[in-house]
Amino acid sequence: MKARTSWDVVCTVDDLVPESGVAVWTEDGPVAVFYLPHRLPALFAISHTDPFTGKNVLARGITGDLKGQPVVASPLYKQHFNLQTGQCLEDEGVNVETYPILLDGNNVRVEIPAANKESVAA
Amino acid sequence: MSKKNLIVIGNGMVGHHFLEQLVATPAAADFDITVFGEEKLLAYDRVHLSEYFSGSTHTDLAMGTADWYAANNIDLRLGEQVTAIDRAKQTITTPMGDYAYDELVLATGSYPFVPPIKGNDHPHCLVYRTLEDLDSIRASSEGVKTGVVVGGGLLGLEAANALKSLGLEAHVVEFAPRLMPVQLDADGGALLKRKIEELGVQVHTEKATTEIVEGEEARLRMNFSDDTHLETDLIVFSAGIRPQDALARSSDLAMGERGGIVVNDQCTTSDPHIHAIGECALWSEKIFGLVAPGYTMARTLASVLNGDQKAAFTGADMSTKLKLLGVDVGSIGDAHGQTQGARNIRFNDEKAGHYRRMVISEDGKKLLGAILVGDNSHYDTLLQYALNGIELPEQPETLILPESQGGAPTLGPDALPETASICSCHNVSKGDICGVIDAGCTDLGSVKAETKASTGCGGCAALLKNVVDSELEKRGVEVSKDICEHFPYSRQDLFNIVKVNGIRTFQTLIRDHGKGHGCDICKPAVASILATCWNEHILATDHVPLQDTNDTFMANMQKNGTYSIVPRIPGGEITPDKLIVLGEVAKEYDLYTKITGGQRVDLFGATLSQLPEIWEKLIAAGFETGHAYGKSLRTVKSCVGNTWCRYGVQDSVGMAITLENRYKGLRAPHKVKMAVSGCTRECAEAQSKDFGVIATENGWNLYVCGNGGMRPRHGDLFATDLSDEELIRTIDRVVMFYVRTADRLQRTSVWMENLEGGLDYLKQVVLEDSLGICDELEQHMADLVGTYQCEWKTAVEDPEKRKRFREFVNAPEKKDPVQEWTTERDQRRPLLEGEPA
Ligand SMILES: Cc1cc2nc3c(=O)[nH]c(=O)nc-3n(C[C@H](O)[C@H](O)[C@H](O)COP(=O)(O)OP(=O)(O)OC[C@H]3O[C@@H](n4cnc5c(N)ncnc54)[C@H](O)[C@@H]3O)c2cc1C
Ligand code: HEM
Ligand code: SF4
Ligand code: SF4
Ligand code: FES
Repeated sequence: MKARTSWDVVCTVDDLVPESGVAVWTEDGPVAVFYLPHRLPALFAISHTDPFTGKNVLARGITGDLKGQPVVASPLYKQHFNLQTGQCLEDEGVNVETYPILLDGNNVRVEIPAANKESVAA
Repeated sequence: MSKKNLIVIGNGMVGHHFLEQLVATPAAADFDITVFGEEKLLAYDRVHLSEYFSGSTHTDLAMGTADWYAANNIDLRLGEQVTAIDRAKQTITTPMGDYAYDELVLATGSYPFVPPIKGNDHPHCLVYRTLEDLDSIRASSEGVKTGVVVGGGLLGLEAANALKSLGLEAHVVEFAPRLMPVQLDADGGALLKRKIEELGVQVHTEKATTEIVEGEEARLRMNFSDDTHLETDLIVFSAGIRPQDALARSSDLAMGERGGIVVNDQCTTSDPHIHAIGECALWSEKIFGLVAPGYTMARTLASVLNGDQKAAFTGADMSTKLKLLGVDVGSIGDAHGQTQGARNIRFNDEKAGHYRRMVISEDGKKLLGAILVGDNSHYDTLLQYALNGIELPEQPETLILPESQGGAPTLGPDALPETASICSCHNVSKGDICGVIDAGCTDLGSVKAETKASTGCGGCAALLKNVVDSELEKRGVEVSKDICEHFPYSRQDLFNIVKVNGIRTFQTLIRDHGKGHGCDICKPAVASILATCWNEHILATDHVPLQDTNDTFMANMQKNGTYSIVPRIPGGEITPDKLIVLGEVAKEYDLYTKITGGQRVDLFGATLSQLPEIWEKLIAAGFETGHAYGKSLRTVKSCVGNTWCRYGVQDSVGMAITLENRYKGLRAPHKVKMAVSGCTRECAEAQSKDFGVIATENGWNLYVCGNGGMRPRHGDLFATDLSDEELIRTIDRVVMFYVRTADRLQRTSVWMENLEGGLDYLKQVVLEDSLGICDELEQHMADLVGTYQCEWKTAVEDPEKRKRFREFVNAPEKKDPVQEWTTERDQRRPLLEGEPA
C-alpha cells in the first residue's frame, strides 16, 4: 500500500525568485524550492541540506543546466545536484532528497511523506 | 566468505595515500580496514607543514576527511598508539586492547633525530615534524628574541624560516662545512649561505655543540667544541630523521643495520603478512625521506594486495626542487659527480647570485646530475634530460648558460619521450597523458581528473599544461578557451559582445549568443561583465540569480553556512567612534571579530536574516560595504606615511583613501588589491599587490601586477615619479584594460604573464596610447566612478530586496538547527566537525 502523504503549502508565488532558490521549513526539515521560469516544469524542491557538509545552504546556490540536466551548485564546495533526481554529478554515491512540488493557485505545495512527518514530530 | 582484517599503523601521508589507492581497487571489498594513528589529527600534508605558521590550519592541510573514512567503512582510530605486535597470534596491542589482523601495514614514518648532546632535554629544545611540534615552537617563541636551528639541511633551513616568520632572530648551526651537504657542493653551499645571510638568518658552519646550559642573556647557551658559544631562547633540532621502526624491532622483523624495516620489491617485510611503506621502510638498503617514493610504495602495495603479481617498487628518483627562504635550490640525480668518469660543467655568476653545475657522463652524452642555486628555471629541463637519458646537445653548457650568452631555450614538450615522468607525486608519464587524450580528454581539467597529475605537490603544473597543450594541438584540437558548455567564447569575447551589442541581461546574452540555461561558471562571469559595463545594482532582479552566494547576499559565506561582514575602512584609517560601533554591533550579535590582512575588521557568524539588520546599524554609523565578497577592489593598504613616520616623504594614507574611494565597487575578473607606502622602506608591502604605489621625493612610483597568496609575484615597476593626477590616470587605464581583456578569474599577475608582449606592451598601450584607446578607458572609468552606490545601503532601503534575506520564507522565527557553536578565547565560533559540544 502506498504510504500516506500530505501536500503542504510552503510559500506563495511572490516568495519565489526567478532562476534561483528560496528555503522553506517543512515538517520534513529544511527544503529548497527553485523556480526556473525558462523550463518546463519550472518548480523543483530538494533538501536544503548540503550532503557534503550537513549545512543548510543549497537554496543559495547558482542554478543552471549541465548536459541538459537542471542543476544547482552548492555554494560551499560547488558540487552540482540534479534538481529532478537529487543526484550529485561529481559523486555517484551521493544524492539529496527530492520532493514532488506543484502550484495550486497562488500557493506552492510540496508533498511530504507521512512517515517522515511523524519521525520529525516525535 | 568472511572479510579479512587489514590493519594500518600510522595515519601519515603515505598511510593515507595507501588507503586512497586501496579503496579504488576491488580488493577493498575483501577487507575490514582499521587504521591507528598516534597523532590526534587526521593525516595531513607534512610537506607543507610550514604553512601552518603562515595561516594554514589543520583543515587546510588535511589530506582527507573523517567523512571519507566513514564512507569507505574504514575504522579510523586517532590518538591511539600501537605498542606491540604479536606475530605468532597475529594481533597488535594498543592501550585500548588487542586487535587481530590478517594483513598488517606499517606506515609509521620517521622521527627527528636529536643528537646526544648534554642538555638536549631542556623544555625549550624542540623538533620540527608534527603540527603539535609547531604549536610548541610557537608557544616557546612568545615574548623572546632568538632561536637556533641545529642542522643546516633542507628541513633545518625550512625551520629557520619558520623561526624568522615568528619574529625571532634566527640562527642555523651546522656541523658540516656547508649548508645542505647532501644536495649541494662547496660552491653551491657557499652561495646559499651568502643568500640566506642576506635574508637575515645567521649561519654558523663547522660548529659542533658540546653542551646546552642555562644562558645568561637568553634562556639557553650552546657551547661549541671550538670554545665559542651562542645564546638563544629556544633550539629546534633538525639533524636528520630516523625511521620509526620500534614496533618492527621488538617483534623481530628483519631490520637494516642502521635502522629501517627491510622490505622487498612488493613492500613486504620478512613476515609475509606484514608490509611496510613510506619513511619507515628500507628498500635495497635505502630509506626514502621524500613523499613521492612513499606514494609509489603505497601504490605498489595496494596493487599487491589486489592480487597483481607484477606490481613492484623499483626505487625512486630523489631529485628535489625547493625554495628555501625565498632562494631557489635544486639538486638532481648524482649531484656530487660520484659516477665513474663523470665530468662537470659549472656556471657561477657571483654578482647575480646564480650557481649551476651539470654532472655529465664520460662520453658527454648523458646528464647524470645537477645542482642549482639562486634560480631554478633550468630545473625542469635538466630533470627531463637526466631522468629520461635524453642525449645532450653538442655543447651541453648551453643548457645552463644565460640566454644572453648563447644559452639554449628550455626543452619543449615535444622533445620528451613517452616514458618521461611528468608528475612524480602520482607517477604520471607523458605516455599516460597521451593515452587519456587519445581516450577522449580534450582539456587540462579532464586530464587532471583522469590521471591525478598535478594534484599532489603541484610542482609539475606548468610542465603538465605545456605537455597537454602541445599534445592537443598536435591532434588538431583547438585548445578551447570557451568558458563553459553554454558559451563558445572566452571572457574577453563575451565582454566585447556585451559592450558592442549593448546587452544588459544574461537572458538576452544566452538567447542570442549561447545555448542552454547557464551554470555556476558562466553566470557569475557574465554578472561581472554586466556590472563593469553598466554598473547596475547587483541585486537588481535580473542579476540576482547570476551571482555566487557571496555576491547575492553581499557577505562571505563561511563553512557553517553563516556569513562574515567586512565594512570598508578606506586605507585602514578609522575613527575611535566607528571602532566603537563595530564593537557594539559585534557584541550585540555575538560575532567573532578578527582583523584581516587588508587592514580592516571582519565580523563572523551572522545568519542570513541578521545581515540587513546589522548593515542598517553599520550604515547609520557611516560605514559602507567593503566588497570582501566580490571579485572587485578589496582594500588599499597603507603605511602611516609622512604625517607621522620619521621617514615618510608623501602622505600615503591620504593617497590610499583616495584610491580606495575611487575604485571601490568596481567589478573585475578577479579580486584586486592595492597598497601605498610612504617611502622606499615599503612598510605597506605594496610590491605584492596588483597595484603598488611607493612614495619618492618627487611623487609616486607605480608597480603593477604583483601578487601575494599562493603564488607570490613581485609587481613590475611601471612608471616613476608620477604626480597625484598622473598616478590616478595611469591606474585608471591599467585597471580598465585589465577588466576588459583578462580571462575569468585571472588575477593581474597571471594576466600579465600571459599578455603577449608583456610589460613592454602594456607600457605602450597605457603610457604611449599605442592602441588609441586611452581616452575610452578613462571615460569608462569615470562613468563607473560616477555611478557608484553602496550596495548594502540600496538593499536595506528596499523591502523587496530585503525579502531575499529570510532564512526560511515561510517561518521567519525559525533558526537554522544545524549551526552549533562553542567558545574559544572568549569569542563564539562554530563547532568543528567531530568536535564534542
Ligand atoms: C617540515 C617538513 C618538510 C618536508 N618537505 C618535503 C618536501 O618538500 N618534499 C618531500 O618529498 N618531502 C618532504 N618532507 C618529507 C615528507 O613529509 C615525508 O616523506 C612523508 O611525510 C612521509 O610519510 P609517511 O607516511 O611515511 O610518514 P609520516 O607522515 O611521518 O606518518 C607516520 C605516522 O605514523 C604515526 N605513527 C608512528 N608510530 C605509530 C604507532 N606505533 N602507532 C600509531 N601511529 C604511529 C606517526 O604519528 C605519524 O603520524 C618534509 C617533512 C617535513 C617534516
Ligand atoms: C574562497 C576564497 C577566499 C575568500 C572567501 C577570501 C577572503 C578573504 C578576506 C575576507 C580577506 C580579508 C581582506 C579584506 O580586508 O578585504 C582576505 C585577505 C587575503 N586573501 Fe583571501 N580569500 C579567498 C581566497 C584567497 C586566495 C586563493 C588567496 C591567494 C591566492 C588569498 C590571499 C589573500 C591575501 C594575501 C590576503 C591578505 C590581503 C592583504 O594583506 O591585503 N585569498 N581573503
Ligand atoms: S581565509 Fe584564505 S588563507 Fe585563510 S583559510 Fe580561508 S582561503 Fe585559506
Ligand atoms: S614605508 Fe616609509 S613612510 Fe611608510 S611607515 Fe614605512 S618607513 Fe614610514
Ligand atoms: S609532481 Fe607533485 S603534483 Fe605532480
